[in-house]
Amino acid sequence: MELWQLLEYAAWGISALLGLYMVADWLKTDTTYSEEVLTSSREGELEALTEEHRT
Amino acid sequence: MANTDITSKTMDGMGPHGTVVGLLRVLGPAHVWALGVGIVLVGEYMGWNFAVGKGGAYAALIACWFAGILYTCVAMIDSEVTSTVAAAGGQYTQAKHIVGPLMAFNVGLYLTFAYTMLEAANAITAGYLIYVVSTMTGYAGELDQRPFIILVIMFLAWLNYRGVLATLTFNLVITAIAFVAILVLFLSTSGILGGGIMQHAALMEGHELPYGWIGVLAAMHFGLWYYLGIEGTTQAAEEVRSPARALPFGTLAGIMTLLIAATLTWYVCSGVLPWEFLGDGVNGSVAPLFDTARLSGSNALVWLLGIGTLFATLASANGCINDASRAWFAMGRDKYLPGWFGAVHPKFRTPYRSIIFLVPIALIFALGAPLDQVITFSILSGLLEYTFMPLNVILFRKKWPLNTIKRGYEHPFHPLPALVLLCLCGITFFAVFLGYGTQLIAMIGFYIVVSLWFHFWRYRFVNRGTQFTMPWPKPQGY
Repeated sequence: MELWQLLEYAAWGISALLGLYMVADWLKTDTTYSEEVLTSSREGELEALTEEHRT
Repeated sequence: MANTDITSKTMDGMGPHGTVVGLLRVLGPAHVWALGVGIVLVGEYMGWNFAVGKGGAYAALIACWFAGILYTCVAMIDSEVTSTVAAAGGQYTQAKHIVGPLMAFNVGLYLTFAYTMLEAANAITAGYLIYVVSTMTGYAGELDQRPFIILVIMFLAWLNYRGVLATLTFNLVITAIAFVAILVLFLSTSGILGGGIMQHAALMEGHELPYGWIGVLAAMHFGLWYYLGIEGTTQAAEEVRSPARALPFGTLAGIMTLLIAATLTWYVCSGVLPWEFLGDGVNGSVAPLFDTARLSGSNALVWLLGIGTLFATLASANGCINDASRAWFAMGRDKYLPGWFGAVHPKFRTPYRSIIFLVPIALIFALGAPLDQVITFSILSGLLEYTFMPLNVILFRKKWPLNTIKRGYEHPFHPLPALVLLCLCGITFFAVFLGYGTQLIAMIGFYIVVSLWFHFWRYRFVNRGTQFTMPWPKPQGY
């Protein structure tokens, strides 16, 4: 088997591993934390922080 | 909060204010530069030379500089507005605060489509480059490009998933190498270091403007390629340590870098390659800088520019994943899209659901659509976005004059840059219409349909009360 054929198989394999890693971590994260925590990000934190400094 | 000073050092860092898990503020000006220049620099390595085919070498130079003016206006306007509206989503967030929800929804889609299509185009190009390397190394079989296209998208998505600092530090390194490669090629072939190989006079004699001034106009379409994507720096707004300093610094340094890189690229390639070969990006010069290096006779330059081409492609795809996911995330957070997309990974502090969601879309376009159509879709989305910017900044200055909000950067000569940008966008729309009229009309039709969907259906779900978070005074005339 030539080097380039091996590289083709390696590319398929690494792609699959990376995809599996992301999906597994995504599912683990979603089941570990509540939706409120995961979607708690709010825009304008910088400004919010200043408001807190000023009060 | 009328006298909010966003340049204050006390404003740097994370603040709780209801946020348990937010994006991480770890980036500096160099990362902003790497994001903007990284997305664009592939356009110097390939793509811009279609402008030569449209109107000759001089037309490509004129287009390079006029597009340079267009993008300098974009960079200045972006620097002012985004250093003030420092949140993920970039131009989407600007539109939301300054123009209105329907414009914001459209701009958010322009951004996501422009970057996802560009990511797909870059992955296709990377696959092609690897195929070229296989043939150059004497591989007798027919290399399957698909696993390499998929690997590029999966690897860069994984990198983005794991954290923004590593992602943009990676971009910084590979973008710097790709830029230095252009400088080295210029120094080596222009006669500054060693013997020069430039033949501008001989190559251009009798071919100054082969299609006249209409050729110059047509070249504007691909003139965008020199700079397309520099506006992507704004997507880092929520992840830089000091938006008021880092965003203008990184963006303006980025456009200066690109003006230099674009002019050097034109000079080097048009002085070595005949314009007919240079202008045919399909059957002629696919990668002009690399072809110039091959004609230099130096193996070191061939390797350097080969690596530069691959790195520029990867940097562009990497930055596109970063930017598309931030735009999608910001729209989800405001419920312009399902709020599910507005999640942040508690460990990596990235918009992980948006990153994963856009992977199959990029794969579908990378594996199933022709490259020129993918690129055209990206250019048209970008052009629509640039047309929104002048209207945006004129309204911004009118509603919140300079003395009402402190900006991180105030762009000079207002409203001249906005008006110049608007005129150049009009000219470029005409240029695109000459070559891709059907796609332009189809695309505008698509955005009209989704706008109707948003107005009559989706808008009822939007977080109307909480989406305006900037502690600004009421607009003038409110």
